[in-house]
Amino acid sequence: MTVRVNGADHEVVCDPDTPLLYVLRNDLGLVGAKFGCGLGLCGACNVLVDGHPVHSCDTPVWSVADKRVTTVEGLGDDGRPHRLQETFVEEQALQCGYCTAGMLVTAAALLEKEPDADEAGVRRALDGNLCRCGAHNRIVRAVLCARTCGA
Amino acid sequence: MTNPSLGTTPRLDRWLTIGSDGTVAVRSGKVELGQGLLTALAQIVAEELDVDPGRIRMVPAATDVSPDESYTAGSLSIMHSGGALRAVGAQVRALFLAEAAARLAVPAGELSVTDGCIAAPDGRSTSYWELAAAVPLDRDLEPGAAAKSPADYGVVGRSLPRVDVPDKVAGRRRFLHDLRPDGMLFGRVVRPPSRGAVLVSVDGQAARRVPGVVAVVRDGSFLGVVAEREENALRAQAALRSAAVWQEEDTLPDERDLPGFLVSAPTEETVLAETEAQSRPAARSVRARFTRPYLAHASIAPSCGLALWDGGRLSVWSHSQGVHKLHASICRSQGLAPEDVVVQHVEGAGCYGHNAADDAAYDAVLLARAVPGRPVQVVWTREDELGWGPLGPAMVIDVEVELDETGGVQRWQHDVWSNGHAHRPGPPSAPLLAATHVAAAETALPAGDPPLPNGGGSGRNAVPLYDLPGQLVRTHRLTTMPLRTSALRALGAHLNVYAIESVVDELAVLAGADPVDYRLGLLGDERARAVLRAAAERAGWGSGVPDVGSGTGLGVGLARYKNKGAYCAVVAEVEAETHVRVRRLTVAVDVGLEVNPDGVVNQIEGGALQALSWTTKEQVRFDARTVTSRTWEEYPILTFSEVPPVDVVLLDRPGDPSLGAGEASIGPTAAAIGNALYAATGLRVRSLPLTPENVVAAMEG
Repeated sequence: MTVRVNGADHEVVCDPDTPLLYVLRNDLGLVGAKFGCGLGLCGACNVLVDGHPVHSCDTPVWSVADKRVTTVEGLGDDGRPHRLQETFVEEQALQCGYCTAGMLVTAAALLEKEPDADEAGVRRALDGNLCRCGAHNRIVRAVLCARTCGA
Repeated sequence: MTNPSLGTTPRLDRWLTIGSDGTVAVRSGKVELGQGLLTALAQIVAEELDVDPGRIRMVPAATDVSPDESYTAGSLSIMHSGGALRAVGAQVRALFLAEAAARLAVPAGELSVTDGCIAAPDGRSTSYWELAAAVPLDRDLEPGAAAKSPADYGVVGRSLPRVDVPDKVAGRRRFLHDLRPDGMLFGRVVRPPSRGAVLVSVDGQAARRVPGVVAVVRDGSFLGVVAEREENALRAQAALRSAAVWQEEDTLPDERDLPGFLVSAPTEETVLAETEAQSRPAARSVRARFTRPYLAHASIAPSCGLALWDGGRLSVWSHSQGVHKLHASICRSQGLAPEDVVVQHVEGAGCYGHNAADDAAYDAVLLARAVPGRPVQVVWTREDELGWGPLGPAMVIDVEVELDETGGVQRWQHDVWSNGHAHRPGPPSAPLLAATHVAAAETALPAGDPPLPNGGGSGRNAVPLYDLPGQLVRTHRLTTMPLRTSALRALGAHLNVYAIESVVDELAVLAGADPVDYRLGLLGDERARAVLRAAAERAGWGSGVPDVGSGTGLGVGLARYKNKGAYCAVVAEVEAETHVRVRRLTVAVDVGLEVNPDGVVNQIEGGALQALSWTTKEQVRFDARTVTSRTWEEYPILTFSEVPPVDVVLLDRPGDPSLGAGEASIGPTAAAIGNALYAATGLRVRSLPLTPENVVAAMEG
């Protein structure tokens, strides 16, 4: 089957019920999205499907066959990082960084939909993304800064 | 003070080597756990050598090349590894200056170093890189080479961005979970359904029929699969699980009376402090019992291990806190010579103590043994991570204080009941999890506690920081261990500080005093006084006795971590009726010299938020046989909407040694929240977590 990821079509040979996460990480070499729980409860595996954040750990690959998948590796444009990737570095918005890719794509979808999202809105949007290191406030600052600082 | 890392490894080139290519390779035995350590160590070396930090290459710890610095734990890495690298860097600099002085025929004292370029006053120059081959570093550190004065620091003390962040933000291959060496197979383990379960029989046919399954492994009650593709490893794991027949038994205490179990189980008593008490009868006494449940590490990354058997040699990649200790465990359990095994660190889960990283590595060793020549990666399920990883011990603390007629403390007694807080791999008493399940099973002894001079375990921070007469402080460590416990961030300090600070707060109320003023009256240590004042001032703490019961309130908590590490004071603002909501946290901290101030802030605020999560939400649940809180729904942790602003004030003391930052804010944050809950509601809630259920129970007395 064919999957369209980060603007390119990829032929993948696997059971169509295979979770998208494993196709991305093991077949396409896109290891940014992470396995966290397998139940869609932590957000570490989040990717964008047609611009909406989904849990790739419990999304079968067949269900994205005619859709656009964007991973953290594809957030930027023409080799330039996404503004959020820059503000995450500026704010040092992580500790271990395992949840970071999921945070970035979820926040990117939010800012696409609500470019003026306020702090409470950012927190609500990220409530499905768990962070154990306690970098939450840095992450929120990075998202708000990506918003107000512009592209 | 002697540096244990230098004592074990005095040779200079084990720590660092200068490359003719203009780089400096630095080998620490401490590892990156998400705490930013590699960046801080690189800063220390760059400072002593006078090179740009960009030239430093931090080599991941590996047993064949890195100094043995035991575990990366206890907030000691900057002290031990940083201290060693500072001394080594200073001597290496001196050796290169001596060589340069000889070549340029000028006294070494007249040479200057700028980014590795060594210049004479007349402009002639050489460099570390030119002299690299001419200056042998295969020699031991000698006393004499003086490290720089902090007054001359240009790199240390700056918030340099972390070296690992760009990769992590771009989604590049950096974590152990991301490695895909050629021919790698995916392994999964079927853990027993409960503690003490024994595998009676298993039919592996259904698992073997899953496409791409390469091996089904059974050794006693250890059961696993190896497959070409990850999704098929999971399918085979599920098939194997449903085909396994186990014999189970009840082994766990009644969760509803966990404190009752802890105080009635067999224990070993240790007296941590005993000072003479006044013999006159008490005018008044205060008694209180504090409890906390078992806590899970709950990293977002499940534990992972990677192993390869090749001929008689074994290579292991792990996010262990102690690759040399893991190496010792693996060699012993597998009967291998030390030189035939290499364990290398690769970054993994955010690490808050002894989690399942080492266990996952050993799972990979056992599964890879079935497929020699091919690397096998094991990733734990979320359910196994929360259900089978080592837990932070449940604890009970009784505090009894006798007061004289004037309200002064004349006797302070503190008793802790807990399983031990140290069950780390290395010694035979603490086998890796799978080693207790195989046919030739190794037996785990109950967890121990580090001795107090090393910070203690159950008794960490049990001895009050305050000047109190008549102290008796004891630990009662359980000599039975129904659930495996080990080191979780701050160890016993979480509940010990909660308990001490709650009782001190109660004494302030009895004395009709402001809680901050009351504490200052008991504190001789100037640095402790300074953080307390700083936190109170920054938080807008008023003067006089605060109103209690208005629904919101401020509370304060204070400790010096391990009574010899960093000083930390926290003011929490809590809004509560039955549901506890923390509105803001203000933290003042003194870690001595700050190598990377933003790194300190990150650790302190991260610790504060983790403590907030433990203290208000977290509780490992279990039935008579097994841990039942195995998903994020059953073991909820703090979410973004529940996270308050955290304001961190740093009291920099560049002239004092670094004291470590990773764990200092845990106890004071928990305590501040508990005391703020009292200020908001008038209730002393002494059973953690501060859930509505426990608040209501406290209300009903």
